[in-house]
Amino acid sequence: MSDITLGGNTPLPDVEEHHEHHHPFLQHHFEDLGQQHEASTLGMWMFLSTEILFFGGILAAYWVYRVLYPEAWAIGAAQQIWWLGAINTIVLIISSLTMALAVRNSQLGRRMGTVYMLIATLFFGSIFLGVKGYEYMKHWQEGLFPGAAFHWNEVPALAPKVQLFMTFYWCLTGLHALHMIIGAGLLLWFIWRAWKGHFGPEYYGPVEIMGLYWHFVDIVWIFLFPFLYLIHGAHHG
Amino acid sequence: MSSLTLHDVRFVEPEATRNYITHDYGALSWLLTKDHKRIAILYLFSITALFILGGFFAVVMRIELLTPEGDLLTSDTYNKFFTLHGIVMIFFFLIPSIPAVLGNFLLPLMIGAKDLAFPKINLLSWYLYMIAAVMGLYIIITGGVDTGWTFYTPFSTQYSNTHVFGVTFAAFIVGFSSILTGLNFLVTIHRMRAPGLTWYRLPLFVWAMYATSIVQLLATPVLAITLAMLMFERVVHVGIFDPALGGDPLLFQHMFWFYSHPAVYIMILPAMGVASEVVAAFTRKKIFGYTFVAYSSLAIAFLGFLVWAHHMFVAGISVYSAMIFSFLSYFVAVPSAIKVFNWTATLYRASVALMTPMLYILGFIGLFTIGGVTGLFLAAIGLDVHVTDTYFVVAHFHYVMVGGAVMAYMAGLHYWWPKITGRMYPEWWARLAALLVFAGFNLTFFPQFVLGYLGMPRRYHAYAPEFQVLNVMSTAGASVLAVGYVLPLVYLLWSLWYGRPAGPNPWGAVGLEWATSSPPPMENFHETPVVTWDAYDYPAMMKAMGETQNV
Repeated sequence: MSDITLGGNTPLPDVEEHHEHHHPFLQHHFEDLGQQHEASTLGMWMFLSTEILFFGGILAAYWVYRVLYPEAWAIGAAQQIWWLGAINTIVLIISSLTMALAVRNSQLGRRMGTVYMLIATLFFGSIFLGVKGYEYMKHWQEGLFPGAAFHWNEVPALAPKVQLFMTFYWCLTGLHALHMIIGAGLLLWFIWRAWKGHFGPEYYGPVEIMGLYWHFVDIVWIFLFPFLYLIHGAHHG
Repeated sequence: MSSLTLHDVRFVEPEATRNYITHDYGALSWLLTKDHKRIAILYLFSITALFILGGFFAVVMRIELLTPEGDLLTSDTYNKFFTLHGIVMIFFFLIPSIPAVLGNFLLPLMIGAKDLAFPKINLLSWYLYMIAAVMGLYIIITGGVDTGWTFYTPFSTQYSNTHVFGVTFAAFIVGFSSILTGLNFLVTIHRMRAPGLTWYRLPLFVWAMYATSIVQLLATPVLAITLAMLMFERVVHVGIFDPALGGDPLLFQHMFWFYSHPAVYIMILPAMGVASEVVAAFTRKKIFGYTFVAYSSLAIAFLGFLVWAHHMFVAGISVYSAMIFSFLSYFVAVPSAIKVFNWTATLYRASVALMTPMLYILGFIGLFTIGGVTGLFLAAIGLDVHVTDTYFVVAHFHYVMVGGAVMAYMAGLHYWWPKITGRMYPEWWARLAALLVFAGFNLTFFPQFVLGYLGMPRRYHAYAPEFQVLNVMSTAGASVLAVGYVLPLVYLLWSLWYGRPAGPNPWGAVGLEWATSSPPPMENFHETPVVTWDAYDYPAMMKAMGETQNV
């Protein structure tokens, strides 16, 4: 009679009966776990794209001043202990490996394997934060925190610009560390969930999404390390 | 029964004994709800309150401007008033208005989903909004802020002794509310569509929300980090944007407008979506050039990212970059014109039902066109130098924001009011209000084009005596406009108790949101709809139903 139809000809599952077979973690507004997994994954990717623009904004400002003040930027980078940054880079890459292994273990339904790998990720993440804290303490003592506490004055003419470099150093690494701390908090929660046996071949999405976040924070550091620690050679070499 | 027509749906839909409003009672059932419809209602109340607040600042400013002397407000207070008017209206009313109220309510209904993809994040975004709003209110009570809504540095970071930190922090937080709404909508549109609802069967409102969400998602983080740097500079006293300390104030403007120009499209794209829905419903026609209208939303969202420096022509950017940005700004006119021409073509030789939503949309089309065309004047560098920072600019963006976005919001609110509340609003009063808004709006803002062209600068509480006549006209218009806004507040509330029950589909419109009861049940649809028709398939529906539908 009309080409406008509303599903009257499609057999639909009985709603009551349908609910009985629900996976405990299937939310009511999704049809099945597959849809839920796809939605959550897409959501995390979109969240990460906002993070790219968030870090991208401040990195753009960093680049503007790096072009304007190359000498000050080189001096600023020379204030960093490069091998501490290098150690932290290695530590974070290892933590990304253990995170990936946690995802794999949860996909295979290995409960304790997931727990151990998440704990390992948390462990390496904590090492990173510890090293970062040590660096912050050193900078504070050396008067390299911007503002009233800033006392670095080896090259007076460049001191305001070196201070600008250190402003970006603290903002960028501080934002990154904040993301690490949030990640560590999430890991604690995931360790508890994994230990309770929430994850398995049917339902490993949250671990995978946690992994996406963790890898992203790792990648941010891969950019920050050369930008903040390794650029002194270009102008002092 | 082998197939149900849309017409049959209202009879087939089981009598909804409990809808989303009566599903649960008590304040907590609202404050902890994860239902997109209830969250939309929470937003409706919040943004209405903030609209009244922002309107209050506008009214006081218009009264001040009745006389050339600065006699009602000191210049410092006036600075705070225009700043707060801008911040409240942009961040707390216009940006959330159509997306967070109408979009929240309708998006899952329009695509046949039970809810948005992330209901808890949806509630979180309302709480972020409220936290920011309460912070803003606290700041207003304790002294306000005087930087202008643009927070230009180094005034905002080094010189202003008002609550810059608090208000930028509030804007930072409300930005995340906006980001989360956009993220939620994008995932919902991608992953939650009902079976058979392909992209080219989506209502154009959904396309508009999709384009809006992309802008919210990609532009807002840049505002957030810019404001974060501003706050850091202000608290620690460094010079990221302060030339005295090696910083560059132009960089702040670039980064601020990288968000705030696209933000204009966060406000106007949803309005265009509402226009498409209303035009189709009250002409009983398919939208002419559906795919063009759909893609023009995406084109506007994309081009919107490439034009920000037209706000900075006189700020000291190079002539060459000004020329590039001027050139690119003209391009935005193309997709905007595509929309206006397609709505016009839809109206052509249609039997247009002049109900309230349609009156608002006819106003919208005309006023948006004026706002858009005067935008081209401003995109022309030579003319911009003449009228920059004058009332011409004020008039231009109020034509787009108030004549465009607010008119469309009012259209959408009336059009979907029966769906949201289950009650009809009083048509006669609503038409009167629509006409008052249209007349009052033009009387308020058209004289401002003239004032600006004659050289009256914006943001001063006093002005040269020869500008008084036009300013009195403008204030008179604002009074009419205020009445036009107060009326709906009264009769829409009245209609909650005394309005005629609406039934599922009072307009005889097509679209999934009309295929469920009014107000909709908690789960939106009792069974997941399967879509086999295109958007705005009015010709087929008219054939199926005969011509008996009442409108």
